[in-house]
Amino acid sequence: MTQTSGLGRILRQTSARHGAEDWWTQRLTALALVPLTLWFCVSMLLTPAMNYFAVRAWMTRPWNTVLLVAFILVAAYHSYLGLRVVVEDYVHEAGMRIALMLLIRFVYMLSAAGAVLAVCAVAFGGIA
Amino acid sequence: MLERSRPLSPFLHYRWQYTNTLSILHRVTGIALAGGYLLLMCWLMAVAQGEVAYGRFVDRLAHPLFKVLLALGLASFAHHFCNGLRHLFWDAGLGLERREARRSAWMVVVGVILIIALVGSVLHFRDGGMP
Repeated sequence: MTQTSGLGRILRQTSARHGAEDWWTQRLTALALVPLTLWFCVSMLLTPAMNYFAVRAWMTRPWNTVLLVAFILVAAYHSYLGLRVVVEDYVHEAGMRIALMLLIRFVYMLSAAGAVLAVCAVAFGGIA
Repeated sequence: MLERSRPLSPFLHYRWQYTNTLSILHRVTGIALAGGYLLLMCWLMAVAQGEVAYGRFVDRLAHPLFKVLLALGLASFAHHFCNGLRHLFWDAGLGLERREARRSAWMVVVGVILIIALVGSVLHFRDGGMP
């Protein structure tokens, strides 16, 4: 393992530039997820989750809408960064690694966008 | 293009101890929770799709296989939450001494059991359902 820096190394390893930032974001999102997941779990335990109208009513309350959107985005980012580190640690073959990284990114972008849109649609009463 | 000499996460180098188990479990449960996240997003989208679609989604979750997966999801969350708190304290420079780290490891185990028992019993006595 070489510790030398240089252009070649930076070109080979994109995380040479963004690594520390990702590390910090991972912790920051973790910190934010402590109250957010607690809120979500308690909310879910207090709402009959099988009841469609109860869930809708819960989602429509303004604070719940805001916190839910925050939860979706923060959890997506935290989970995305976590999976990236796992791929970096275990997948060493370049093609496979890039394919997995792209796949992870697309899946999170799609699911987070879809979920935010869904919550907003319910909150604003657009799609019923 | 990408070389094998990239830095790896520290626990990949260390000798196996029982505290390592929590570390590797943090990873395993994190991956499990990524699946849980996707399921949760599907649930939110099902709510937006209307009563019929939501009913179909909930029915599918009632399958025994899904119940097992959801139970594993709960266990994963309990572990990742408790051990994650431990990691946050470490990152703040607290509790790094061996004795403290071992004590917090046991606190994680107790916390996980408490969360599973609490959430499990609430769900069981409420409607037998899971979010």
